[in-house]
Amino acid sequence: MSIWDTNFAISIIPILLQGFWLTLQITFISFLISLVVGLLVSIIRFMKIPVVSLIFSFLVQFVRGTPLLVQAYIAFYVFPKFGVTFDAVPTGIVVLGLNYSAYTAEVYRAGIEQLHVGQWEAARALSLPPLRTWIRIVVPQAVRPIIPVLGNYLIMMFKDSAILSSITIIELLGSALQVGSSYYRYLEPITIAGILYLVVSFPCSLLIRKLEHRFVPAH
Amino acid sequence: MSPHTDILKTLNATESPRDIEISFAGVSKAWGDNHVLRGLDFEVRAGEKVSIIGPSGSGKTTILRILMTLETPDVGLVTVGGDVLWDAKPGVKNKETKQTRITRRKVGMVFQQFNLFPHMTVLENVVEAPIHVLGISKEDANARAIDLLELVGLKDHMKHTPPELSGGQQQRVAIARALAMRPRVMLFDEPTSALDPELIGEVLNVIRQLATTTDMTMLLVTHEMRFAQEFSDRVVMFDKGVVVEQGPPEQIFKHPEHERTQRFLKAVTAY
Repeated sequence: MSIWDTNFAISIIPILLQGFWLTLQITFISFLISLVVGLLVSIIRFMKIPVVSLIFSFLVQFVRGTPLLVQAYIAFYVFPKFGVTFDAVPTGIVVLGLNYSAYTAEVYRAGIEQLHVGQWEAARALSLPPLRTWIRIVVPQAVRPIIPVLGNYLIMMFKDSAILSSITIIELLGSALQVGSSYYRYLEPITIAGILYLVVSFPCSLLIRKLEHRFVPAH
Repeated sequence: MSPHTDILKTLNATESPRDIEISFAGVSKAWGDNHVLRGLDFEVRAGEKVSIIGPSGSGKTTILRILMTLETPDVGLVTVGGDVLWDAKPGVKNKETKQTRITRRKVGMVFQQFNLFPHMTVLENVVEAPIHVLGISKEDANARAIDLLELVGLKDHMKHTPPELSGGQQQRVAIARALAMRPRVMLFDEPTSALDPELIGEVLNVIRQLATTTDMTMLLVTHEMRFAQEFSDRVVMFDKGVVVEQGPPEQIFKHPEHERTQRFLKAVTAY
């Protein structure tokens, strides 16, 4: 029996591609959650609403201060003990999305803070209402320079979604582990899974480097 | 006759020119120990063009910023067009009220750094507030914005974004943007200080045209003494948070009475 069995490797590709497809879906939806929730969190913290801002600061610290794996375990294995039960995939998506919201919120904050104070003053001088000021003036200008950073978080989420295999989700790593334990051969499924992760993340990181030149001003 | 008569007419307020348009009564403002305004009493008549001069840190810009509600006075009453803008009580944290926001709409401001929205076109900059604050239809707002851009000589640039324009052009767009809100009071906060010398004239020409052909009340903070002289009905010399001296431009520039004014004018014109 050789170390690498090409026929076996080819035979397991379809099942790994299924997991790969689930990984892409989980990543995409989680990323959308982190974009929306992160923006809301950063705005609420920026407005410094007395109690609410404090609560959000604490939540952000909690999420950043504990491992994603622990959060996934709590959501999937502990919450049901209190009667809160969801399927593994939705649970995983929400955990991953909320986890990264804590990070994207910080990125948004940096984007908002680097906006020149004159932009706020001009909006005020024109009597633009707060919501309109945020939507039309602040957010478009705050997001532009942080697009490359958000792109990097997208790649990290894509890779971190592998952690969700530990709460029974058969995504890319999960399907590789399943194949491995069924056939007692781990080399082929894990290698192919690694290649599939790389096939997505490497071109994406090249693309982000290009975006950096376009969106981040030189000065 | 100016070719822009129609659009200039729309900028005219209807109030009698003898009415008091802006009033500061006992207004103070301090940051820590730095008292930028000390019990200021100051009035401007409707349609009056007033230049405020004085050394940096004298509090002259703070007057404009309080009128634009970018600063809150610590104490004092400020009214615009007879309506309360600020009624600040001592010893409490004064905040803007609904009345502040209503009265603020009578005021427009042109900033030293233009503060245009760089991600929007020139036209979008001008129509944003008329559509979303005044509730004017998009068609009407566009038509009026184009007239105003023509007035400031930038109709051909309405599809450009501010970073594509020179500083002088940006400042003229900023003037059009402020005018689009039909303010009764226009504030100019050192409108040419950030400009290259050869671009100052085009901005001053626009301000001059507004000053001579509309009855908007105008306050100008400037270091351009020659322009202040021709622009103003009245010049106010400011130092250390109080009015040192005020009067018609000939009097202030040719025969200043106060020693502080004489020293200041000598310093800024000695080159």
